[in-house]
Amino acid sequence: MTDKLRVLNPIGYAPTITARGLAPSLDALDGKTIFLVDIGWENCDVFADQLQRWFAARHPEVRTRVAKWKDQHQPDPELSDQIRTEGDAAILGVGL
Amino acid sequence: MCAPEVSGHAIRLEAEYGVPTVGVHADVFSRLVDSVVRVNGMPNARRAYVPTPVLNKTPDELREYVEGADPTTGRPFMDVVLDSLTRPLADDDLRGVGFDRSTPRFVEPDSEENLQLAFRRQRWTDFLPIVLPTEERVEAMLAATSRRPDEVVGRMRPTGYRELWEYTVEKVAVNAVMAGADPAYFPVILALASTGITARQSSTSSMANLVVVNGPIRNEIMMNSGLGALGPYNHANATIGRAYGLLSQNVQGGSVPGESYMGAQGNNFGYNSVTFAENEEASPWDPYHVQQGFDRDESTVTTLYVWGNNWTEGLRSTWQEKMKAMLGGQDPYLGCILVLDPIVAREFHQLGFTTKEKLIEWVHHNVRIPASRYWETFSMRNLMKEVAAQGVEPYAGYLRAGPDDLIPSFELDRINVFVVGGSSNGQWSSFNGRPLDPRFRNNPTDPVTVSIEPWR
Repeated sequence: MTDKLRVLNPIGYAPTITARGLAPSLDALDGKTIFLVDIGWENCDVFADQLQRWFAARHPEVRTRVAKWKDQHQPDPELSDQIRTEGDAAILGVGL
Repeated sequence: MCAPEVSGHAIRLEAEYGVPTVGVHADVFSRLVDSVVRVNGMPNARRAYVPTPVLNKTPDELREYVEGADPTTGRPFMDVVLDSLTRPLADDDLRGVGFDRSTPRFVEPDSEENLQLAFRRQRWTDFLPIVLPTEERVEAMLAATSRRPDEVVGRMRPTGYRELWEYTVEKVAVNAVMAGADPAYFPVILALASTGITARQSSTSSMANLVVVNGPIRNEIMMNSGLGALGPYNHANATIGRAYGLLSQNVQGGSVPGESYMGAQGNNFGYNSVTFAENEEASPWDPYHVQQGFDRDESTVTTLYVWGNNWTEGLRSTWQEKMKAMLGGQDPYLGCILVLDPIVAREFHQLGFTTKEKLIEWVHHNVRIPASRYWETFSMRNLMKEVAAQGVEPYAGYLRAGPDDLIPSFELDRINVFVVGGSSNGQWSSFNGRPLDPRFRNNPTDPVTVSIEPWR
């Protein structure tokens, strides 16, 4: 019978993950303002523009506003506050 | 890569601003996004996917993405987006999901053969055989430092918006044993680990690392700074670099393609992080650590990121033309690291470059490319244009330049010079590489060159 070896585990220590809940969903789209946020990566501005055109054609009852995230690698509290006060929802992208 | 950032910002908008937010991603990142939202406590985060790639697609092609199907579900993309904004939420959605993960100190005992297989299956290796980290071997490694086994060395992660994992002296020792390192190398490996800079970064650009040791410890542990220093010809060079890679992937909680590693092609430099000692004895210039403000008698280790390299030979009469062409073809954001054999360093010295800084300034002033090409490179366009748009100089000025204006390829802090080699000929190479952008370090002021002395 082969001898068994006892060896140490090489994996680091993971932090505790804190639960975070979703914001309430929209009850309807009619009359709502959706921010279409360009994260700043190449072609994301074009994608946001196409989203806006799609809403204008298919859901004219929805107001859309295109916005640009200031620095994709950092939080953008100014824009986040603006979305909270002037908008109802956001579509953020594109993750590339 | 910005899928982790999009996920993180969307989660903050949901949780901290109360705004229902859909994160949109290219579908190749779907497993990574699943993982990122889970470790941010919101596994049911709203998300939708378009086909890959998005880069270089025309407006009409992107419109087809909007009107087409989400490749991960087959459902119309906009149906997924609108449904996720309006669907009634379950209790789990409102609460999120938190959890703890413990790491047992030991692996279930087994035969050597089975343990080698288990480590490979867990993706704890680089798929080469490892030295199994028995208690005796780990204790021998720990005996090479004055630091306690339970001392925390640092925190590390493969990219932003992933959780930072913590690791102790013992965890670093376990990985050093696995890499086959001698205990004498352990202070160097601990110092590398203390930077918190991972050697398993998940960028799609497939970066790897270049590690340079300076100071007396080079000779104490018989590192190679001469013939074949960058090749597989020295135990310390080979295993210090391998240990850095193994510890990075393990103490940060993994480096798994598709989930926590997205390098499009990967990088063969990752096997030992291009680890060498600078040839201080044969160099006409101050060694790198002295340039960084350390005493010559202090031992240090430096970790830089590299993407690829370009080899050439000698300083012939056309060296200026060749250097401009060679370096001018490299990505400006990624910087350049000149790795010179001592023969070449002395030739530069004889030409009047009496310090490395003079050579660095020559490169900065003379290697120039048209502004149009500068801003079309992938990294400048995606990582620096937003900085320029905020008015940060010199990038704001470069953004104002005309398309044909020639602007410096590299800022001074993106040009680094090392001397290494055995002078069998006057050969050198330029790595596309630089210190990690301070924006992406755990703390922007964290150094990339650290003293080894506190880890002895």
